Amino acid sequence: MNQGRNLFRTLVLILGFAFLYIPIVSLIVYSFNSSRLVTVWGGFSTKWYGALLQNDQILNAAFLSLKIAAISATLAVVLGTLAGLVLARFGPFKGRTLLSGLTTAPLVMPEVITGLSLLLLFVTMEQVIGWPAGRGMTTIVISHITLTMAFVTVVVQSRLSQMDDSLEEAAMDLGARPHKVFFLITLPIIAPALMSGWLLAFTLSLDDLVITSFVAGPGSSTLPMVIFSKVRLGVSPDINALATILVAIVAVGVAITGIMMARQQKQRERDAQMALAANQAMIESVKKG
Amino acid sequence: MKSVLRRLGLDGRSVVTAVPYLWLLLFFLIPFVIVLKISFSTSQIAMPPYEPLLHWAGDKVLQIKLNLGNFAFLVEDNLYWKAYLNSIWVASVSTFFCLLLGYPIAYAIARSNPSARNILMLLIVLPFWTSFLLRVYAWIGILKNNGLLNNFLIWIGAIDQPIQMLQTDFAVYIGIVYSYLPFMILPLYANLEKMDLTLLEAAADLGCRPWQGFMKITLPLSLPGVRAGCLLVFIPAVGEFVIPSLLGDPGMLMIGKVLWTEFFNNRDWPVASAVAIVLLLFLVVPMMYFQRAQDAEAGGVHR
Repeated sequence: MNQGRNLFRTLVLILGFAFLYIPIVSLIVYSFNSSRLVTVWGGFSTKWYGALLQNDQILNAAFLSLKIAAISATLAVVLGTLAGLVLARFGPFKGRTLLSGLTTAPLVMPEVITGLSLLLLFVTMEQVIGWPAGRGMTTIVISHITLTMAFVTVVVQSRLSQMDDSLEEAAMDLGARPHKVFFLITLPIIAPALMSGWLLAFTLSLDDLVITSFVAGPGSSTLPMVIFSKVRLGVSPDINALATILVAIVAVGVAITGIMMARQQKQRERDAQMALAANQAMIESVKKG
Repeated sequence: MKSVLRRLGLDGRSVVTAVPYLWLLLFFLIPFVIVLKISFSTSQIAMPPYEPLLHWAGDKVLQIKLNLGNFAFLVEDNLYWKAYLNSIWVASVSTFFCLLLGYPIAYAIARSNPSARNILMLLIVLPFWTSFLLRVYAWIGILKNNGLLNNFLIWIGAIDQPIQMLQTDFAVYIGIVYSYLPFMILPLYANLEKMDLTLLEAAADLGCRPWQGFMKITLPLSLPGVRAGCLLVFIPAVGEFVIPSLLGDPGMLMIGKVLWTEFFNNRDWPVASAVAIVLLLFLVVPMMYFQRAQDAEAGGVHR
């Protein structure tokens, strides 16, 4: 009985992961194909990587995308942390439902709607107050912050609501002012959540095509926009090479984060053991005394 | 700085609340009001390509010109409502298959060794960290007439002529299910992992067979996860643009594509706005449903 269930479980996992990973693996394999026809194997070659490094259009777009992603992820973490803190810690207040609605709606809102509405906002703002003049990096950054801060808020809010708030209360009881409590107690504890929120925001920004296409101006083509216009014309092997590089970066990033988290976990276990030992010693001394 | 704020009647708490609040009001809520406004205006060849709603007609007479023509246009031309219905249909079918595929995967992971669970979940989310666009692109190479899948099927002798798979509805379903599968698995796993397994033991002790135990206990208890997962897939899939334009038939009617074409190719901003407003009306109920579920899941009001 149990064996049958185990077999079913293994089978489901193998099929599921095959479905998720075969496309990615095929992208990588064919990036080393010397034939221009992406799916006909013509021998091993790395020439598409060379071609990629000489493609100024792609390199410029990649640089612009990285810049936009770094700026918007950073600001999204600040705003998303504030929103998550308000939602998780400030209790009920007037307008809380609206705020929680405004932070969850961007998660599921079809991107064509968000993109169109942001563009119309920027056009109207330009008419009324003259800022932002034209569309380009500024409008893209604002749009990406709005989209990605929603994801950061969810991450931070759920971390805060899982977190034991007795430490914060203890600090308050000892007379620490709220901002001090936040910077000395809350922030260090939720720091890993902020880190994953930042990475999530960075990736989403780097990857966004639809919203960016609406709010980008001439001369501010991001990497996804360049890829999309190339891919529309059919498969091309240098895109496979680009995909492989991106996958490699993600894999390295995840491996590093994984190792760091495992180390932190060990450190925490050691700390807990030491605290336990100290506690034990104290109890002993009280008993003796 | 502090005294200035205090004189204005602002303490730290209200500043902390106000900053994200104002940002979202300005860059998320107000834009919808503008979309609504422009959906009532008339298109013209200029920059921006629409006529103002309000304008001064002579002396101190403010005229409001509301043009309902864009909405009438959406109703009259059956291309639009066909596109709406088709998008809802495609999103529903894809959501169903996502659930069919995602539930067993989430279940299998939630019932694995605790040590294996985190690694398996990491592997589920990992593709999500690589470019969505490139993952959709990968399917072009697989589904093409001389692509991987056709070559494989010919090689094993299942078919002798390549089947047209790219640029069909089938390709769009595959693309959506593939891209959104992690969004289905995440809330399902979170739910199934929390479940109290002693309930199943109790049921087994009382003579419940494993299958009955699943149907009577696990499935009903996992419904909140099912609901969250389905909404997380369905709502964005209705407005999907990238997948149908890369994998689907060029003539396939999806409302996200129609909106894109109205905006970028026809440069008709008012009609594009009307399309967005109607799409929003279709989605507002599932979205409110999602928001409530999300807020309850995220811990809701603390204390």
